[in-house]
Amino acid sequence: MKGGVWTLSRIKQAIMKTLRSFKQTLPILLGVLLLIGLMTTSIPKHFYSKIFTGSKIIDPLYGAIFGSVAAGNPITSYIIGGELREQGISMVAMTAFIVSWVTVGLVQLPAESLMLGRKFAFTRNIVSFITAIIIAILTVFTLELL
Amino acid sequence: MIKRLLKSLSAGWIFLLGVLIIYLALGILSFPIIENALLTFLKLIERLLPILAVVFGLMFFSNLFLQTKRVSSYLGKESGLKGWLIAIFGGILSTGPIYMWYPLLGDLKEKGMRTSLIAAFLYNRAVKIPLLPVIIYYFGSLFTFVLTGYMIIFSIVNGFMVERIGGEKK
Repeated sequence: MKGGVWTLSRIKQAIMKTLRSFKQTLPILLGVLLLIGLMTTSIPKHFYSKIFTGSKIIDPLYGAIFGSVAAGNPITSYIIGGELREQGISMVAMTAFIVSWVTVGLVQLPAESLMLGRKFAFTRNIVSFITAIIIAILTVFTLELL
Repeated sequence: MIKRLLKSLSAGWIFLLGVLIIYLALGILSFPIIENALLTFLKLIERLLPILAVVFGLMFFSNLFLQTKRVSSYLGKESGLKGWLIAIFGGILSTGPIYMWYPLLGDLKEKGMRTSLIAAFLYNRAVKIPLLPVIIYYFGSLFTFVLTGYMIIFSIVNGFMVERIGGEKK
């Protein structure tokens, strides 16, 4: 390590830079956490099972849309996914739902835009939304082959 | 005056202000919803504080040790396969919610991290090793194995596509 990393000025510089990032991040994180608190308490788990129509074409799209809007722990998506499966919702729709739950984040989108750039955040979420449906179709197709 | 006040605030504070206004409006309409939402918020904060400490600890060390040149060689344009492996395994092994990692990734992006690798890291955040038993319990091991495999493969596709469409030109 040339010049020594552990010099007082380098440490001070690193602390100041981290604190500056923390100050910038704090309101965004608080906002996202407040939104997640609101989403998880105002949307009951059984709501999701009521939105599916039984259509093999529309349901995967619905699955991806509602998975994208939903927020919270991935375990919740697995529990809801399990319930959906028991109610006869197609595997593709259920898989699109759980994949988009963990890969697309509309609630986090403002935070992602502010910290990683608007263009990046929007593109990433749109691409992830499309790939959630593709992954769901491929997963079910592969399982049928195996 | 409000205009001047908003101008002095950063985008982050305006965002928080917007969320607080939503809370206030909903609180007037139905106080129990807001009460429950605030309780969930406090529980989330309590649970996420250690992860936040880890993320900012990592940020401190990255500010101390990682210079732009080094970030470029590990995660920049010339990082190649090494960069992809770091992004994929980093994403899989990192804990906590996805948004906790935005500050660190933003910092690394400024130091030269590739957009595609940021996208791949974020995509692999969906592959959570501690939660694999839960998915296996609900959907079986074959489903879990196939889905996890596709998610890792698609994290690379996702990375390339995001960089091509949404990557900022330098």
